[in-house]
Order: sequence, then C-alpha cells, then structure tokens
Amino acid sequence: MKAILSIVHKEFLQLRRDRRLFPLLFLSPILQLLLLGYAANLDVRNIPAVVCDQDGSAASREFIAGFLNSGYFSVRARVGRLEAIDAYLDRGLASTAFVIPRGFGDDLAGGRPGKVMIIADGVESQTATIGVNYSTMIAKRYAQRLLLERLERVQGRGGIRPVQVDARVRVWYNPELKSRNFMIPGVLGLILMVMTIALASMGIVREKEAGTMEQLIVTPIRPHQLIVGKLLPFVLIGLVEAAFVLAVAAFWFVVPVRGSLGLILLACLAFMLNTLGFGLLISTISRTQQQAIFTAIFFIMPMILLGGFVIPIESMPPFFQAVSRAIPTRYFFTMIRGLMIRGAGWPEIWDQMLPLAALGAFVLSLSIARFRKKLD
Amino acid sequence: MKGPTLGGIRSVVKKEFREIRRDSRSLGFMIFLPAFLLLMFGFALTLDVKHIALAVVDGDGSQASRELVDQFSTTEYFDLKAVLPMTTAIDPLMAREDIGAALVIPPRFAEDLLAGRSPSVQVLLDGSNAMTGATAGGYIAAILQTYSQKITLETLARRGLGGLAAPVAAEVRVWYNPELRSSNFLIPGLIAFILMVIVTISTASSIVREKERGTMDQLRISSLGSPDLIIGKMIPYALISLGSAHLVLLLSQVLFGVGIKGSYPLLLLAMVLFVCGALGQGLFISSITRTQQVAFLLALLTSMLPTFILSGFIFPVRNMPAVVQAITYFVPARYFLAALRAIVLKDAGLAAVWPQILFLAAFALLALGGSAARMGRGEKEPRPRRGRARA
Repeated sequence: MKAILSIVHKEFLQLRRDRRLFPLLFLSPILQLLLLGYAANLDVRNIPAVVCDQDGSAASREFIAGFLNSGYFSVRARVGRLEAIDAYLDRGLASTAFVIPRGFGDDLAGGRPGKVMIIADGVESQTATIGVNYSTMIAKRYAQRLLLERLERVQGRGGIRPVQVDARVRVWYNPELKSRNFMIPGVLGLILMVMTIALASMGIVREKEAGTMEQLIVTPIRPHQLIVGKLLPFVLIGLVEAAFVLAVAAFWFVVPVRGSLGLILLACLAFMLNTLGFGLLISTISRTQQQAIFTAIFFIMPMILLGGFVIPIESMPPFFQAVSRAIPTRYFFTMIRGLMIRGAGWPEIWDQMLPLAALGAFVLSLSIARFRKKLD
Repeated sequence: MKGPTLGGIRSVVKKEFREIRRDSRSLGFMIFLPAFLLLMFGFALTLDVKHIALAVVDGDGSQASRELVDQFSTTEYFDLKAVLPMTTAIDPLMAREDIGAALVIPPRFAEDLLAGRSPSVQVLLDGSNAMTGATAGGYIAAILQTYSQKITLETLARRGLGGLAAPVAAEVRVWYNPELRSSNFLIPGLIAFILMVIVTISTASSIVREKERGTMDQLRISSLGSPDLIIGKMIPYALISLGSAHLVLLLSQVLFGVGIKGSYPLLLLAMVLFVCGALGQGLFISSITRTQQVAFLLALLTSMLPTFILSGFIFPVRNMPAVVQAITYFVPARYFLAALRAIVLKDAGLAAVWPQILFLAAFALLALGGSAARMGRGEKEPRPRRGRARA
C-alpha cells in the first residue's frame, strides 16, 4: 500500500512539473462544456429563406405568410426574378426559396390548381429534411383552407367539410427539445475519455522515452503496485473532472440530473476501467509520445463517432450497430443520458452497466498482461 | 537572425522525413486515419433520421385507423415496433428506449372522420435526442397532413365534388444534394477536420519533442538559422496532410460519388491557405509549451474542438447564440468549410467564395507571422523555472 502511495505521489509531482498542465486539465472541460452547451444546437428554426413572388396578388401574399408565421422560416430577401435565387443559395445566404409564379392568384380564383415551387438547399441535409416536411405541411394546410372556403361557397355552411387530423404532440423527457440536454451528458463522457486516455498513455510512454521506466523496474516495487499507482491518479483526476462537469451542467446549464448520483459515479468508474485500459494498452504499443497521441486519436475517434455522441446508433446500418456493441462509449452515453435526462434507475440501466464493466475488465486485464510482460 | 536558406531548409526537411519514416505508425495514422474516418462517415454515420421505432395504440380499430397507421409504417421514417393495448404500456417502452415515438388513435376516430369532425390523434415523442425528436415531429406533421388531404379528397370524390380537388400543387425541389444524403454534407467537414488536426497536432508535437529531448538546442547551435528550422519542420506535415486530403477527396468520389463540382485550383488554393493557418497555429502552440502532453492537450483544444463544434461541421452556425457566433468569426475552419462545401457541392466560383478565401489568407498570415515572431523571441527564453532542473 505504501509503495502504491509513493508511486501516486511521484505521479502527481510529475504532473505538476509542467505548470501549464493542471490549469489545462480543468480549463479544457469547461471550455468544451460551454462551447457544446451553447453551440451544439441542431434545432431547426428560422431557416433563412428567399421569396420570389412573381404574382404579387393577395393570394400569393397570404400563401407566403403561412410559411413565415410558422416560425420555421425567416425571410432574408425578396427577389423578382427566378435566376436571382441562385446567388443566395450558392453562397449559403439562404437555404430555402419559395417561388410563386405569375398567375397563381388567377388560377386559384378560377378554380384551377395554383402551382408553387419550394426549393431547398440539400447540403445541410438535416435542416433540409425538416424544412421540406414543414413546408409541405404548410402548403397542404393552405390548400385545405382554400378547399373549405370553396366548399362553403358551393354548398353553403353545414355541408361536407374537409377533415383535418391534428396531432397533439407531447414530448417526453425534454419537452422543449433542447439539443443541450442531449449533448451535455455526452460531453461528460467525452471529457472523461479524452483526459484519461491521453494522460495515461502519454504519461507512461513519456517515462519509457525518458528512460526512467527502467529505473522504476529495478526498484523493489511489484508490477501490480506500479500499475495501480500509475493509474490511480488518473482515476482521481477523472472523477474530479466528472464532478466538475456535472456541477456546471446542473447549475449553469440547468440540465436535469434526475437519476441518482451514486449510479452516475458507478457508471463513471465502469467507464474509466475501459478508458484507462485503453490508455495502458496504447502505452504498451507505442514507443514515442507522438505515436501514443496518434494511436489515442485512432481509438478515440470511433469511440466518439460510433458510440452515438452526436449521431444516433439507431440510424446506423445493422453492421455498424453490431460493431458499436463492442464500443464502451455506447453503453456509457446511453446510461448517462438515461440517468441524467430520463431519471433512469438500476432496472433501466443494468443491461448497459454489465457489458460496460465486462468490456472494461477485459480491456484492462489484457493491457495489464501486456504491460507486465514488458516489465519482466 | 539570418534569412531562410534553401540548403538549410532542405536538410531539415530531410531529417524530419527520416524521423517520420522511422516512426512508420505515425505516418500510417496520418494517411489512413482520414481514410478510415471517411469510410465511417460514408457508411455508418448519417444524420438522416430514419426507421424511428414507433408504437401504436389503436383505440378505434377501424379501417380508417389502420389506414392511418399504414401511412406511418409504409414510410422509411417509421418502423412499427409494437401495437399496444393501452397508453400506459407506452411508458416503460420509451423509458427503455425501445421506441422513439408513439401514436395514440382515440376511439371513434373513423366515426369523427366520416362525420367531417376533425379528430385529433395523440403523438408522444422521446425528446431526449432533440434532433431525432424534432425530425420525427416534422415527419408526423407532414404525414398527418397528407392523410387529411387524402381523406378529404376521397370524401369529395364520393359526393361528386371531385372537381374541387387539390387547390395548390407544391413542387418541392432539393438543390445540390437531391437525395438529402448527409454524407455529402459531412465529407467536406471531414476534410477540414483532418487537415486541421493532423497539421496542428503533428507540427506542435514534433517541435516540442525536440525541446523535451533537448535536441532543439543541438539543432540551434548547428549552422541552421531558425527560419530554416521552422520552415523545414513544417513542410513535411503540410505535404502529408495535403496528400491525405486528396486521398479523402478521391475516395469520396470513388466510393460515395461525391465529386468535385467546382474548380480544382480554387479548391487547392483554399486547402493550402487553410493548411498554412493550421501550421501557424501548431507552431504557436509549440512556442508556448514545454512538454508534449501540454502541447497535445492544447492542440486538441484549439484545433479539434473548434473545428468540430464551431465551424458548422455538424451544428449550423446560425443556430448559435450571438456571442458564440462572434467567436466563430475567428475559427478558420468555418470559412474553409463554407468555401469547401460551396466549391465541391455547389460549383461556386471565386465570385461566391472570395470572402472566405480572403479570410483564410488573413488567418494564415496572422498565425504564421505571429508564431514566427514568437519563435524568434523565444530563442533566449528556455530558462529552467525557479532553478528546478529536469530530473
């Protein structure tokens, strides 16, 4: 035990040697949290639109108003010629265009179908999908209203009426559909992972590079003491950072923390089994710190991307969904989101916690075995 | 300080390439990590929300209600996962994330429809992923509207009023990316990400590495001037990252059909300017750090994070609050990405992207000039702090 403590002490001394490291360790989570909390917003509102109203009738103005009042679109410019739209969409100044050709009002008044065109910039596919859906809906809604007026003219009140099936939509867990509530729990995982993998892998490789590892090996410290002593500081740093992130999330961003703190702690620990295991593994297969950095990024990227940090796992093809089962972040992201936002308890998360801990135990013991072999 | 000399630069470039070659894994990562990421983005990662698991509580059980359910399940947006007897059964399914949306059709739905009363259905959405939730909401609104119109037209046709049909025909056209594939949107972002991360991290760490090992001083007392050293260190990483960006462009053309619609020289200009800025940033980091650990964290923080979050890679800039939008004006990736998307996907020319190009040039000048100035001053600086010598 004393041997372990002395290693821990040495590790902290070494971490403190570079006076820029500690501020960075705490500054970077805050920065990431603030940036992601404020900037990571996929909400679709006020899509910039160009209006090309060649008709200029009361009907066309009314039709356009339907779009603008919906809150999904806001007018950036009104142009007269169709060709003028190109410049706005090419430069990304607008992502939608509404075109009402001449004769729209007359067609409607004459009982002929009025034609309109809606152009969407498909580059931002996510926004475009939602924008297209809503503009279709708004156009049809307008059509429905016209139909009602015509029916009333033909048969007076009390005849057939067009039906309108409405949805009363209730959104659970995150009623305002704030992206923040989805992103911030993920940031907790991201920070834990990046910090612990980077610190653990580089810290150990640095010692190899500097040649001080041999010195440690010739001391009477046993291999398992060395490993525990080396990894413990990172566990502590990880937990402090997690607490820090959680506090900022709860008090600054007012992201709900509905589940129990004990389970959150347990989830973080199970997750760190994995990340420290990977850190140790990377250190056993890298000779230089630069190698360790690249290897770490190589591990981290798929863990972020396939783990469902931004992009939901359900929308991946089945093969990659299967692959993601071997990725620890998947379980952690699901669990931490469940714990914070949905207020999940043990019954909802045990089937995530067990694979996560099992994966962690596997990775960690694999890397410890490799590490010891190197030591002997 | 003497000016750069060709011979000096060449010998540093040679030395650096030799060092990179010796570490074949790092080189492999610089070249293949981007390709690997591209494959993931192309095949696995999509922002398209499809196949949302849907549960249905059909309180009516009529033909009309079944028809409505079909409207949902026949699209690729919703997969009918469960038909539940009552609304209370929804709760546990949603809590376990087995379903993402639920549709509740009230009793007497068909009766109301026939009588021309407009019934409402209840829709429950899992909002914990705001993006999926919002998209699902959009789909549902559009599907219900289409259904309503269909029912109305059928009713009218039955009563011989078919002539009144469909007063407005809206034609929807999607430009640039007609199939709305998110890979077209993500791939340019990926190129920016790759260039930024590889260049900044490797430049910073390759210089700090020499400092850490003490070989920087050896280099310095050799006959090489400091500009030679800096330029020589940067050239290999610039070349490798540009090569890797081309590999990504080539693969995305071959595998995903994302070809370059616009002018290649313009694209190359944008990439070179962007790389120069990233080199400058890497240099600057190396000039203010002493250990690779700190250099790595700092590079990660100032390159990867802004490129991922503040550039519009995934999150649209216009959605950000004003303060954050103001910060994005200082993120070169934002301009690079806008230029790249415009050139690759929209066939935009210099007339459309000149503001972005101009900004990239300005950033490159600033970053390179600033770090050169600091490096020049930093020569005398490597003092051991408070007498504590390195062990």
